[in-house]
Amino acid sequence: MIEVKDLVKRYGDYYAVDHLSFTVEDGRVFGFLGPNGAGKSTTMNIMTGYLAATEGQVLIEGHDILEEPEEAKRCIGYLPELPPLYPDMTVEEYLQFCAELKGLPAQKREDLIRQAITLTHLEDMAPRLIQNLSKGYRQRVGLAQAILGFPKIIILDEPTVGLDPKQVVEIRELIRQLSKEHTVIISSHILSEIRAVCDHVLIIRKGRLVACDTPESLEEKLSAGDSVEAVLKCGPAQAEKLLCAVAGLSSHQTLDTNEGSVRLALSAPSDVREALFYACAQAGVPILELRPRTTTLEQVFLDLTDEDDAVAARAAATLSTSGRTAAGAEAGTDRTEEGSGDESHL
Amino acid sequence: MRAIYKRELRSYFNVMTGWLFIATLCVFIGIYFMAYNLFMGDPYFSTALGATLFVFMVAIPILTMRSMAEDRHNRTDQLLLTAPATVTAIVLGKYLAMLTVLAMPVGIACLCPLIIELNGTAFLKADYASILAFFLLGAVELAVGLFISALTESQVIAAVGTFGALLVLYLWEGLVDYLPTSAFGSLVGLAIVLLLICFLVNALSDNWKVTACILGAGAVALIGAYLADSSAFAGLLPSILGRFSLLAAFDSFSTDHVFDVNGLFLYVSLAALLVFLTVQVVQRRRWY
Repeated sequence: MIEVKDLVKRYGDYYAVDHLSFTVEDGRVFGFLGPNGAGKSTTMNIMTGYLAATEGQVLIEGHDILEEPEEAKRCIGYLPELPPLYPDMTVEEYLQFCAELKGLPAQKREDLIRQAITLTHLEDMAPRLIQNLSKGYRQRVGLAQAILGFPKIIILDEPTVGLDPKQVVEIRELIRQLSKEHTVIISSHILSEIRAVCDHVLIIRKGRLVACDTPESLEEKLSAGDSVEAVLKCGPAQAEKLLCAVAGLSSHQTLDTNEGSVRLALSAPSDVREALFYACAQAGVPILELRPRTTTLEQVFLDLTDEDDAVAARAAATLSTSGRTAAGAEAGTDRTEEGSGDESHL
Repeated sequence: MRAIYKRELRSYFNVMTGWLFIATLCVFIGIYFMAYNLFMGDPYFSTALGATLFVFMVAIPILTMRSMAEDRHNRTDQLLLTAPATVTAIVLGKYLAMLTVLAMPVGIACLCPLIIELNGTAFLKADYASILAFFLLGAVELAVGLFISALTESQVIAAVGTFGALLVLYLWEGLVDYLPTSAFGSLVGLAIVLLLICFLVNALSDNWKVTACILGAGAVALIGAYLADSSAFAGLLPSILGRFSLLAAFDSFSTDHVFDVNGLFLYVSLAALLVFLTVQVVQRRRWY
């Protein structure tokens, strides 16, 4: 379990991390999501004890990272943004060194190194010098280092950068496998990756937490309610007239007009698909397309992390007014609500 | 610490620097040994050692430049600092690895007095004491290099900085002679030294109260002593700073053939102080 309490990292007047609080429970796959420069790496560096926070506290399994660094660091395997490799060593030598550095018991070392090499598919590369490896393999050596000894918490900063699609799939598979027995925290600015492996997402923007929830619930919260998108085979004027007849429709909006068809966005407090069908049938207007409008995680992310403070604040407000709280994300929701109350915060 | 020590030592011999360092020292010790002892018939090996000292100025920076700077440049410091090892253990591991490399040519040099013994009279005690002083002087200079390497990310800056610092240490006695000997001059000079110490303390502790206390106490003591007996201040600055001369201590071993305990104490404490400062520099950087 990791508890991050009111973390602040200040460089002069610039807040790289701004009062960030969250809790990662055991067995979770936690995704840090944020645009470049949002403070993902800084937060990870503080959590692993590489940097010290200006204010706030990080507890790893109950050990404060600054007060009891050795106990806390023993629980963590960390792959930084740039894999920390020594180019003058072979993969095997390097992992030997890491095993000794991490203080793994001598009689188990060989075994643990074998396992790490197997899991990251580095068998053929073991006797080669790291400086001769390609970027993808280096990334994997870094990953092998992080999972070496199977620490309880594995923190990976953009683990799939520089890998080819096949390797990306392999790494995701590995993360899924690890998540059965470990707490895994990964950071990324790639949504599909977070979507694929994480069961919890934490979105950071300008060093502040804007959302912390499961990906599904984030989408649900930000989805445009019971909104429907329809394409009707008629002119805009006819569509206008037709929609007046539909009962229970609160508002509508023309998105697009093509020759002979019109694309409409309809919102209503309840499901209007049935009413719309009968109205159209009566008027003899064919419905070419009808689907509920949902917001994808991508849209959630883009809105929440928009450069424009107003857009981001609006997105955060939508999120908090939907009022549903997932277990384990209380800290995150608190922060979001606070943020939505005061736009200048974000 | 063991892991870091082993890795560092191996890496000195993976990338040329270790071999280069050992070869340079061996060649120059050999040349002076041949010239002074074998050809000119000087029975003291310490004469040859004394002549070799200047090689340290070039060889030491080559060995120390990468010690801390390279890790920072390659970001491997992230691995070391997030591993369950203390900063002290990391720095000591690196320092001990450098000492081990230094010990190799010094170990080879230990044969030279025996060669003299084979060909006539040798003064083994004096020579081995000089070799010890030679090794410790090298240890201090390695610590200087380690400290400067921790300050920068660039190996070149670390090497040039270390070279400059060592040059000042070699010229120390000559430079001290230029310092003012008048009582007031000494007072001003000591005040500057006090300010520098306070600056260092402040940078390390980041606690202005501690700094202010030291500064206040030091200033009161200095001015009080000056007002009480200003004549005692005449020549005080050169004599205090002169005590920190590294070469003077070595010379008492190599030319006067005296076992200079004060000198050894100076070497060991300076090396310890510099290693301590290196640890502090690495610790402090995490806060910025």
